[in-house]
Amino acid sequence: MKFALKVWRQHDANAAGSFVDYEIDGITADMSFLEMIDALNEKLLLKGEDPITFEHDCREGICGSCGFLINGLAHGGQKATTVCQLAMRFFKDGDTIVLEPWRAAAFPIVRDLMVDRSAFDRIIQSGGYISVPTGGAPEASAILVGKDKADVAFDAAACIGCGACVAACPNTSAMLFTAAKMTHLNSLPQGQPQRDARTLGMITTMEQEGFGNCTNHGECEMVCPKEIPLEFIGKMNRDLIRAAMNGQTEANVRVDANGKMVD
Amino acid sequence: MLETNIPSGPIEQKWENCRSHMMLVNPANRRKHKVIVVGSGLAGAAAAATLGQQGYPVHNFTFHDSPRRAHSIAAQGGINAAKNYRNDGDSIFRLFYDTVKGGDFRAREANVYRLAEISVNIIDQCVAQGVPFAREYGGLLDTRSFGGVQVQRTFYARGQTGQQLLLGAYQALEEQIAAGTVTMHTRCEMLDVVMVDGQARGIITRDLRTGAVQAHTADVVILATGGYGNVFYLSTNAMNSNTTAIWRAHKRGAFFGNPCFTQIHPTCIPRSSEHQSKLTLMSESLRNDGRVWVPKKKGETRKANQIPEDERDYFLERRYPSFGNLVPRDVASRAAKEVCDEGYGIGPNGTPGGLGVYLDFGAAIKRLGLEAIKERYGNLFEIYERITGEDAYKEPMRIYPAVHYTMGGLWVDYNLMTTIPGLFAGGEANFSDHGANRLGASALMQGLADGYFVLPATVPNYIASNKFKPVSETDAEFVQALEENKKWLQSLFDIKGERTPDSFHKQLGDIMWEYCGMARNAEGLTKAIKEIKDLKAEFWKNLKLIGKGEELNQSLEKANRIADFLELGILMCTDALERGESCGGHFRTESQTAEGEAMRNDEQFAYVSAWQWQGPDQPEKLFKDPLTFEHVHLTQRSYK
Ligand SMILES: Cc1cc2nc3c(=O)[nH]c(=O)nc-3n(C[C@H](O)[C@H](O)[C@H](O)COP(=O)(O)OP(=O)(O)OC[C@H]3O[C@@H](n4cnc5c(N)ncnc54)[C@H](O)[C@@H]3O)c2cc1C
Ligand code: FES
Repeated sequence: MKFALKVWRQHDANAAGSFVDYEIDGITADMSFLEMIDALNEKLLLKGEDPITFEHDCREGICGSCGFLINGLAHGGQKATTVCQLAMRFFKDGDTIVLEPWRAAAFPIVRDLMVDRSAFDRIIQSGGYISVPTGGAPEASAILVGKDKADVAFDAAACIGCGACVAACPNTSAMLFTAAKMTHLNSLPQGQPQRDARTLGMITTMEQEGFGNCTNHGECEMVCPKEIPLEFIGKMNRDLIRAAMNGQTEANVRVDANGKMVD
Repeated sequence: MLETNIPSGPIEQKWENCRSHMMLVNPANRRKHKVIVVGSGLAGAAAAATLGQQGYPVHNFTFHDSPRRAHSIAAQGGINAAKNYRNDGDSIFRLFYDTVKGGDFRAREANVYRLAEISVNIIDQCVAQGVPFAREYGGLLDTRSFGGVQVQRTFYARGQTGQQLLLGAYQALEEQIAAGTVTMHTRCEMLDVVMVDGQARGIITRDLRTGAVQAHTADVVILATGGYGNVFYLSTNAMNSNTTAIWRAHKRGAFFGNPCFTQIHPTCIPRSSEHQSKLTLMSESLRNDGRVWVPKKKGETRKANQIPEDERDYFLERRYPSFGNLVPRDVASRAAKEVCDEGYGIGPNGTPGGLGVYLDFGAAIKRLGLEAIKERYGNLFEIYERITGEDAYKEPMRIYPAVHYTMGGLWVDYNLMTTIPGLFAGGEANFSDHGANRLGASALMQGLADGYFVLPATVPNYIASNKFKPVSETDAEFVQALEENKKWLQSLFDIKGERTPDSFHKQLGDIMWEYCGMARNAEGLTKAIKEIKDLKAEFWKNLKLIGKGEELNQSLEKANRIADFLELGILMCTDALERGESCGGHFRTESQTAEGEAMRNDEQFAYVSAWQWQGPDQPEKLFKDPLTFEHVHLTQRSYK
């Protein structure tokens, strides 16, 4: 198969970027999308041109490294699929394919299709954990978790942190990502002691990092490779009300420059 | 010469005694001792978070953009622990016994016993962190049996156990980062260890965004940088997994243990084209219900479903009647290779003579119903279809073995310290615990045992029992190491040849797979060593790179890693050649029984091989770390 590619090329965060056209031939249906770019990059390198920079690692849809827009759709728009899992058989011979990085103020471009998603780590730093110093844990069977709760927690914990939700959202909101971690931890008995502080801390950092608001478009859910449901955002909002009712208003939670809660 | 520092006393008390007598560091003094942890997988993240909690200033490095992306994230099947929640006869001793035997008697008893002991604490720790393990309706933890073990000791989180365990460790790490005890260095690749007065006192790194090469000082350096299976180019490892950190440490004096011990996993999706960049693992749990077979007739052109029962060779069930499809990984892999080498294999769309065997769920679907199979393996069937375009509910899957895990790694003593004082190694990066073959669901256990429990006890002991003269990045040792590494990177650009880094990597992988893969012999290994040496020479004459070192340059990252893989490949073949016996995943065709099974030679080879670097292009020197077995009787493994 043969394809025409339009790829966003940008040397670094401060450089100007633009689309560059490439042609690639000899692609077979069983190749993955990233193997197609590998093949193009081999050609570019041999010609003395800079290969296209993109992030990837596991190539099986679990590490969350890969991700860019393909024809405007995060991860290419196949249901429950990351770019690395996308096979070329989903494309038609002769297609023109447009590749761009995630576009969001909170995800500055590093180079070409690679962006900086460290804002996600900082949201986790603000409460996306349960504090258990190593060695201080009770016997595992002492904590009972009903299967229904365990299943919800798992559905939420399946998030791979790829950032597709942000890229797909017209407001570049990180609500789905944040709500997923919150739903995971807030659903479990182990997560209850820090529940309100977690909710407020993570939401505060999410806002400080420059992600937009949620206006219920639902695009995030559509592109999420792990099918994290929109209803978790509802849960997050309910948790926020709960935290406020419990007296943990945003005003009395102080957050330092790193987004860490200080009590 | 090799001091294992195994504590004295009965095996059940060694670890406890050892911990009770360790030297401690006063809490107020801990902040004076900087610790570097390289790697943020299970072993690295757990160690960094725990040492941070204890009050040490920890600097954690990863080449990933976030610690959460380490290769541990990809583990599917589960994690073992001797909890005996099922009351099915499991115990610490049995887990210990199974691990030593499964490793074909090439692991240290004392280390393995400690691992089995700690396994129970790991589950407690992870549950408290909120790791969503599978649960029963009553709210208790569910377990399953895995990899042919007769007890149900494997804890799991759907097919994403590694992901959930890593996220637990990652979250603990992020908490410490927020608390200021851990400083995280993402997109930062370690290039070298810096030695001062014979101790590891820091590292050299390259910032992958800017290309800046920098020095970092510390009192202790821990390497938790994962395995080196990608020396084979195609493997189930993540694309960026590499050997650079441990290889550079090796070149600075750390001995390399059992480099040739590689695990080849039987149930992977077969290779489809030469463009293929990696291989995908299908969880071993599939063998609980799937039956492995090939057509009895060579050159069979009928589709699988049209081949009648009596014309199928269920070769695992035939050869190993008591374990059948559940024989250990090495045995299953070798059997599949043999039938394919004899010409019974199946290629894409059922073409005869290919590299693949059927894994058939037809009987299981009949027995249990389609829904039950969907419930158990739905996500795996989906992965299979996505990659191959075939529906495995309708026709059998095709599988073939692939490189999966490296049991070898830096040689460490009981305290997980390498032969370089102050340099420790944890997780897949060290050689310990799994001998010549790793049991399923034991790597996650070992990574977390090392990271949460062993290193946080042994590293403080080292700090408390040593003196540290103040060092700075401007000291001669650091400046010199920095210059050497800058020069090394520049020398890759200076080659100005015609071949891409990947083309060398692929060729190396082909040599390794052919001669140092599932079956090895003296002739092939000798040939491989020569071929790799030639390839290495060509690499240094004909590598093509563009751009510069002082920018984000993914081709340079690859070339830098491949240079090390080339040297490691030579050592792996040398080690495989030296070990003239078959054991675990290491099958020497010269050493087999009349029935074609692996034959160990305990008189000659009951040792860990520990190799010492002797300088560029010099043969390495072998040291033997003898293995003695007091608790598990040396027997030839038999799964008949
Ligand atoms: C597909 C697959 C499935 C598996 N399933 C299971 C299973 O079900 N059960 C089981 O027990 N085991 C399983 N394993 C094995 C297990 O996942 C690994 O052995 C284990 O996770 C390794 O953990 P680690 O912490 O040692 O290293 P890794 O998770 O590989 O982490 C290495 C870290 O080191 C960093 N690093 C490496 N080199 C450098 C450098 N030079 N500079 C800076 N940073 C560096 C990386 O960025 C990364 O953070 C599986 C493996 C694979 C491939
Ligand atoms: S490369 Fe890991 S999710 Fe795509």
